[in-house]
Amino acid sequence: MNKKISQKLGVVIVGHVDHGKSTLIGRLLNDTNSLEDGKIDEIKAVCERRNVPFEWSFVLDAFQAERDQAVTIDTTQIFFSSSARDYVIIDAPGHREFLKNMISGAAQADAAVLVVDAAEGVREQTRRHAYMLHLLGMKQIAVVINKMDKVDYNPESFEAVSRECEDYLSSIGLQATFIVPIAARGGDMLESRGENLDWYKGKTLLEALDSFDVSSPPIAKPLRFPIQDVYRFEEKRILVGRVETGILRKGDRLFFSPTNEKAIVTSIESWPEDEGLVEAQARQSVGITLNEPIFVERGHVASHEKNLPMLSNVFQANIFWLSEKALKVGNTYTVRYGTSEARVSVQSIDTLVDTQDLGKQDAASEVPKNAVAEVTLRARDTLPIDPHKDNDKLGRVVIYDGYDVVGGGLLNMDGYPDQRSASAPKSENIYKVSHAVTPEMRAEVFGHYGGVFWLTGLSGSGKSTLAVAVEKEIFARGKNIYVLDGDNVRHGLNADLGFSPEDRTENIRRIGEVAALQANAGIIVLSAFISPYQQDRDRARTAAPHHFHEIYVKADLATCEGRDPKGLYKKARSGEIKEFTGIDSPYEPPVNPDLVVDTEGNDIETCVKQIVDYIEANVQAGKVESKEEKIRVLK
Amino acid sequence: MTQHLDDLEARSIYIIREAYARINPMAMLWSIGKDSTAMLWLVRKAFFGRVPFPLVLLDTGMEMDEVYDFRDRLTKEWDLDVINHMCPPEEDMDQTLPPATRAAMRKTEGLKTLLEEHKFKGVVCGIRRDEQGLRAKERVFSPRSLDGSWDFKDQPPEFWDQYKTEFPEGCHVRIHPILHWTEVDIWKYTQAENIPLCDLYFARDGMRYRSLGEKNITKPVPSHASNIEEIIHELETTKTSERAGRAMDKETEDSFEKLRSQGYM
Repeated sequence: MNKKISQKLGVVIVGHVDHGKSTLIGRLLNDTNSLEDGKIDEIKAVCERRNVPFEWSFVLDAFQAERDQAVTIDTTQIFFSSSARDYVIIDAPGHREFLKNMISGAAQADAAVLVVDAAEGVREQTRRHAYMLHLLGMKQIAVVINKMDKVDYNPESFEAVSRECEDYLSSIGLQATFIVPIAARGGDMLESRGENLDWYKGKTLLEALDSFDVSSPPIAKPLRFPIQDVYRFEEKRILVGRVETGILRKGDRLFFSPTNEKAIVTSIESWPEDEGLVEAQARQSVGITLNEPIFVERGHVASHEKNLPMLSNVFQANIFWLSEKALKVGNTYTVRYGTSEARVSVQSIDTLVDTQDLGKQDAASEVPKNAVAEVTLRARDTLPIDPHKDNDKLGRVVIYDGYDVVGGGLLNMDGYPDQRSASAPKSENIYKVSHAVTPEMRAEVFGHYGGVFWLTGLSGSGKSTLAVAVEKEIFARGKNIYVLDGDNVRHGLNADLGFSPEDRTENIRRIGEVAALQANAGIIVLSAFISPYQQDRDRARTAAPHHFHEIYVKADLATCEGRDPKGLYKKARSGEIKEFTGIDSPYEPPVNPDLVVDTEGNDIETCVKQIVDYIEANVQAGKVESKEEKIRVLK
Repeated sequence: MTQHLDDLEARSIYIIREAYARINPMAMLWSIGKDSTAMLWLVRKAFFGRVPFPLVLLDTGMEMDEVYDFRDRLTKEWDLDVINHMCPPEEDMDQTLPPATRAAMRKTEGLKTLLEEHKFKGVVCGIRRDEQGLRAKERVFSPRSLDGSWDFKDQPPEFWDQYKTEFPEGCHVRIHPILHWTEVDIWKYTQAENIPLCDLYFARDGMRYRSLGEKNITKPVPSHASNIEEIIHELETTKTSERAGRAMDKETEDSFEKLRSQGYM
């Protein structure tokens, strides 16, 4: 048999449009004898029909539109072999608007070839693509200076363009492993050396590629086993997933994040059954069983207790943006990484990078299409996170907006504390130690759970009106509900507070704490305060972390001012009232509300029903998430 | 198995489990050929011997007898849930299409009626990138509009094993778990795992089928490879295209493109 390396090396070919990527690939396939019989004749015929000279790129440009317009529309993959190993060539189109295809291609590659025209040198997409290689963490890069025939195979031209490339690459922290002069059309220095470039003594392109390595499974890294699904059949409950890094062994004590649950691996499951299976390594898709029926679901990450992922609800990401709709501060997106999924809002755009001149702009308000930026994202829940420098598989996120993939980025946790110690265990223990009556027991007696339903919105948006109507309706259904509003709080509990920013904050802090206590006692609390600052509302959520619901009662300033039920806006405009929210004091709309009630576009009945339905759905006594529910029963 | 086959298998299982976690209801197209049978094996590995969604044969009534026999045998042996879905007749196809393309079009139309009847949101499909230039450009999760058409000019980005798994009402997604395998990979895996196969792949009287399609539009190719070992050896030296025996690919320059953009597998 042959001594070939059996794993295929993925090589992405990038570079400016018309610098000759497709020609290089077509020629490489031909010279390595990798084209199927008749392919050359087929392309000759196609070219004759179109009245164009023989075009190597037609090997790759399979779509009629691609051949007609002589551009590659989508990333494609072609298999070929050298005498040393098998390859998958990933062609990445050079057109600027096709950056997403370049990403789709380059993200799968082990190595990259950056094609630069000897006559034109480094151009816009050369820079942009090189920058993306840097962002994707590419380490093995061969630069080819193509079309040497156009500069009479002149070594000085090669030197000049090489230097230009090296300068740019080093400015973004990349280094070319090889720089090879080639003339793809004639095949010089691809597979064979040809006769025109005798002065060049280095490797041919194919020799350069043969010297690159296929990435090996990251088994030396700390174990990360993100749970993909939980299956049940017969008597077994199997957690399935792919070991992303490290090694998982039978008998290992696993620690699950973010739940802090622990259990021991009792078996590694396979089909056909293999009793002797005692370990699973990085890259393997496996199933395991545990010694205890702890609560585990998709998105939880198993690791060893010694080397845990961080827990955080804030993180920074170096992102590239692919959508026509710019990323904006305050917008909400979904991120996915490993098997986790989370809603995040953009807290800030810290720097916007121009991949052309590497100019950096601080504190931008949006990230346009094809741009690169450093952003801070905030999730509602704490998530298990590995920074990209520690774990290149899990330390990267793909960003979704609605149905669509709109961007991606690498996670950076520099300067963010691990929130593990501060979160879960504390509140859990307090419950267990100090209360003999659990929330479940209360729910059984009262017929529902307690909860804090926090209405926020401008004065005149309709909070009080809605709160009163909702209270009446829910109470009529036999549930214990109580409205907290300015009238019953300002006169007693907070009689000592005024309306300065400090006093407003303290006002909300106290209300948050009271609401949390009432909710713990099993009462449905409906609070109706402007509560203009996100930070204050976030603190109120912290007081009741398990059952806090932020409800945004939405109406714009003009509408509220038009309603002005208590005549307050008029007084604020005339200066009679100072620091009135919306007039001379800011209102921060919720970045990530649990429910939005639009009182501008809907009548009162609709809004009341919306809130009532939402409350009902979240306080149901039987509602405690059944642990069986998320398990898939395989028949 | 080699590390290479292990990696291919693990990746396919991951994709299959992702589809099952995200898309519901879904089905898998089982054409009874070597690729979709190897894929069925991967599904059984992913779910520990079970197949938690129906298999579908888009039946034109024109499959070869050996193919039907093989279907019946495996259905029984592996206790499979198979929907045998009849495709609309050839008379209903666009008569301006060349004959083989028209015949292949029946599967496209059959898939449409299948989706209408069963409301599947996802269809697992055993195509590979090395088969054909257009399939080389596919995504692992490839969204289709209501009429099944493929918008190849505007495919979604796909990277880092995160897929597009949510769609507006009425759309469906094709899931391609073995897109990254080559023909030789399939044969090496079939051999390593001892996966059963239809006999037509093995040479008889100097001919064998390299790819199985309907009997009216598929021809055997010259070969003396009568077992898997010999087939692998043949493939490592041949320069003939795998789909050389499939008439519909080559009737006109863009016949396969037309088929695929309208929803062919």
